Amino acid sequence: MVRKFALLLTGVLAALLVAGCPPPPATQNPSPPPGPGLSGTLVLGHFASLTGNTAMFGESTDKGVKLAAEEISSGNLKVTVHTLDDASQQQQVPLIVNRLISQYSVHALVGEVASSRSIAAAPIADSRQVPMVSPSSTNPDVTVDPRTGKTRPYVFRVCFTDPFQGAVIARFVREHLKLSRAALLVDAKNAYSVGLGKGFRDHFTRIGGTIVAEESYNEGDTDFRSQLTKIGGVKPEVLIVPGYYREAGLIVQQARNLGLGIPVVGGDGWDSPTLTNVGPQYFNDCYFSNHFSPEETRPGVREFVEAYRRKYGEAPNGLAALGYDAVKILADAARRAGSFDRKALRDALENTRGYPGVTGQISIDEQHNAVKSAVIVRVDTSSGATSFPLVTTIAP
Amino acid sequence: MQVFLQQLINGLHLGATYALIALGYTMVYGVLRLINFAHGDIFMLGAYAGLFAAVILGVTQSASWGAVFPVILMAMAICAVVGMAIERFAYRKLRTAPRLNALITAIGVSLFLEYGGQLPPMIRIDGFDFPFGAQTKTFPTGILPPTQITTGTGLSLSAVQVLTFVVTLVLMVGLNAIVRRTRIGVAMRAVSADREAAALMGIPTDRVILFTFALGSALAAAAGVLYALDKPTIDPLMGLYVGLKAFVAAVLGGIGSIPGAMLGGFVLGLTETFVAGYLASSWRDAIAFGILILILIVRPTGILGSSVREKV
Amino acid sequence: MRLVRRLIGGLILLAVLFAINGWGTAMQQAVNSRPDLQSIAFYRQFSIWWPVVLETGRWITLAVSLNLINGLAGQFSLGHAAFAAIGGYAAGAITVFLGPRLCGDATLAAPGAYPPGWNLLFAASLIAGGMVASAVGFLVGLPSLRLRGDYLAIVTLGMGEVVRVVIEHIEPVGGSLGFNGIPLITNFFWVYLVAIATILAVRNIAQSTHGRALLAIREDEVAAEAMGVPLTRYKVLAFVIGSFFAGMAGGLYAHFQGSIQPQAAGFIESIQIVVIVVLGGSGSITGSVLAAIALTLFPEILRSVRPELEQYRMVLYALLLIVLMLVRPQGIFGGRELSLRGLLARVKR
Repeated sequence: MVRKFALLLTGVLAALLVAGCPPPPATQNPSPPPGPGLSGTLVLGHFASLTGNTAMFGESTDKGVKLAAEEISSGNLKVTVHTLDDASQQQQVPLIVNRLISQYSVHALVGEVASSRSIAAAPIADSRQVPMVSPSSTNPDVTVDPRTGKTRPYVFRVCFTDPFQGAVIARFVREHLKLSRAALLVDAKNAYSVGLGKGFRDHFTRIGGTIVAEESYNEGDTDFRSQLTKIGGVKPEVLIVPGYYREAGLIVQQARNLGLGIPVVGGDGWDSPTLTNVGPQYFNDCYFSNHFSPEETRPGVREFVEAYRRKYGEAPNGLAALGYDAVKILADAARRAGSFDRKALRDALENTRGYPGVTGQISIDEQHNAVKSAVIVRVDTSSGATSFPLVTTIAP
Repeated sequence: MQVFLQQLINGLHLGATYALIALGYTMVYGVLRLINFAHGDIFMLGAYAGLFAAVILGVTQSASWGAVFPVILMAMAICAVVGMAIERFAYRKLRTAPRLNALITAIGVSLFLEYGGQLPPMIRIDGFDFPFGAQTKTFPTGILPPTQITTGTGLSLSAVQVLTFVVTLVLMVGLNAIVRRTRIGVAMRAVSADREAAALMGIPTDRVILFTFALGSALAAAAGVLYALDKPTIDPLMGLYVGLKAFVAAVLGGIGSIPGAMLGGFVLGLTETFVAGYLASSWRDAIAFGILILILIVRPTGILGSSVREKV
Repeated sequence: MRLVRRLIGGLILLAVLFAINGWGTAMQQAVNSRPDLQSIAFYRQFSIWWPVVLETGRWITLAVSLNLINGLAGQFSLGHAAFAAIGGYAAGAITVFLGPRLCGDATLAAPGAYPPGWNLLFAASLIAGGMVASAVGFLVGLPSLRLRGDYLAIVTLGMGEVVRVVIEHIEPVGGSLGFNGIPLITNFFWVYLVAIATILAVRNIAQSTHGRALLAIREDEVAAEAMGVPLTRYKVLAFVIGSFFAGMAGGLYAHFQGSIQPQAAGFIESIQIVVIVVLGGSGSITGSVLAAIALTLFPEILRSVRPELEQYRMVLYALLLIVLMLVRPQGIFGGRELSLRGLLARVKR
């Protein structure tokens, strides 16, 4: 009995001793000194969906990210990128973001494409005070906390947001296709689709269109015939599918099979070469909005497209271009800040004005979003391969 | 009215898939009193086996009706072998063990197939990867001609839907014939009724059980190929929910009863389609599980099942 | 006299937990905010393994609480993760919606180091989460009365999936999009307080007359009923208590990740808990604890040594299940327990 008590007491004393040891005082600043030609290695953590339902998103973005890192590293400043896979699952995001911060000690985070996953990562970036730049998430809640209405201090994006993208799609449908009765088929399972659908709905009704049907599905579903049959019943003129490419492809196929020959329009979530894997014959009259087209004539685009082709043997899509811009902007911010300190990076990012990205001029506004133009592309399978020729550009 | 008819077609199509898979669950439960959790993954393997068959036979772009049958048959054969292997190596030793242990093993086999399938490819034949990798693969719909049948009233039937109905009908008639008119069918029914007595009567129970697994797996494989022809993106986890719902269908119809599985499959398919079409599609998954819970509480033996007295 | 001793023991335990927590959280904060520490191996390893320590505690709670239902009462439940998810959502809802109003702004608080007001609210939210999970456990326990073995397993699986779909439709907590922005209040103290409470509670039940009743039900329901054991009461009791602790574990999880998704209630999550219980041995609390530690640490060690082996984790779990059932279905401990008294007695000899 006494022995037990003694054992316990020793344990307690040991614990208190250990607790009393504070970590050593901060050693003098080992981060690289500020100077004109910044040298050293900028360590970035890229969290992306390399496998799973939206694997193409992660793959494409990572290609752009790695190309940018390579190009920058040919100079004085080196960029190392650690990419971790979240398997297209929201619940993996906190795990791998924390791992990137703890295990790899990244200076900044790049990710994600899917808004739901960026939203899951954003509070972690803020609480661990690591700047996060989302290349392609378009939902407003990524940079602005919907509960407080305040901009998240450490989260940024280099693309436009869904209220704008929804308006772009609405304008295209009204002004180019000249149609006014739209059916909306939204993916209720992800923030992107819900937000983009809302953006479309708000603007479309404002410019004189009507939403004649609104149905939903869940990401991962493969059977949309119930919803499409219901939609077909009210005879819409156009079908809007603001979802991801895997479901969008199946939706178009099943719609065509059910006799719905109307135009189908989507958002940047369609951007994948595997969109038409279900069969090229279904995709006549299909369009979607996007951030970037290799056919654009802005300065810098051609060099980027050629460099990308040389490294990967294919043309870059919008996601790759945005991944590229995200990394380049971070390097630019590091140069402007003169250090890799996370707070300094954050401040420099906030002050980005007129950065010439391949996806357009990027200026970060008070909500940490980029104000840019969008493009509308058409799905073209006539030549046997899938391509997305440019139809029009719509400015804010 | 047209919407209703179209939904009816959709529901029957979905029901056919569930029915084919449910048959496998019910037959195995009949002979072994085991819920073969891994059965839904046989369905998934069937889709991949179909892809493999199409690649090997070179018919991915053939656009002809004749090409699809060898693909289905080959997929059925491959999965029959896999099903038998699972019984032989995972379940056989557990026949006398408590049922829970067998259930846990079945769950283990299911997880093994699902996550094993997601491992990075080690062998690559003609573009077919094994293991399959976590990315979705596209099933070659080019095997079939892109026929679309549109009736005068605006109803639409795709070639795959017609094929599904035809194949399901043929397989069900065939299964019925096997179970009722052949010796092995009689043996299966005997083993279902009382395994020990059947053994005492000289029936080779091990072989009958193997045959049952082979048969059930073949049906699931056919369902897999038909499903993949219709919804061409396949991935190693596709069998999880479809399999669970087909299990619900089997219980709904009366587990252990073959006509029950067929009935349960169509009832579940129709219910799911109509609720998704007329109420809200986001409740789709909950419907199947809700039905399961309801049935097990209200009428555990299912629609066509018979109650078995438990002797103390 | 015994009460006083117990109280002192309890206070010492609290003090120890508090001390370790203080140290750990301070270390974590330091590593977070000072890049110069990140290059020192000790600090970097700490920031990798400290979260693993917290994860282990959570899995211990989940495994031991499931063991009460599966192992001691013999009611095979495949929906335990649903209870955890419910607890997580409920606890998160309380801290997210009531927190700012009752405890003020906390956007500057470091993870695990929130002001005392928040910690009090957190404790309340954990208990509330546990109670909501219990209520659902009660509802699940009721139909379990009529179902045996594998049917019960399938029904609990179905319940878990229904819970998932229901959560997807609750808009105020994010619906399908998941519940984000939950304050990161979980720390070592809370995790291990809950874990130890769970172990003590389940152990006390197991060693009491109630535990005997549960064992009787597990071994032979008909005989137990014939001997006058009220089946209804005990089966439901097992579910209610087991789900209470699972709910608290869920609350800890939600406040650790900062978010929780409906998929957390799904079958795949439940299976991971089942694997731990089966490995440790149904009915053995020690088994569950040790298996939880092993199955949390082992993948982490694997990942830090060879990251590419991560994708084999679930495959190995599956093989583990199959091999266990074939070779040693009673698990490592097989219903026996390790006790301190037993160990000391052996040492004395």
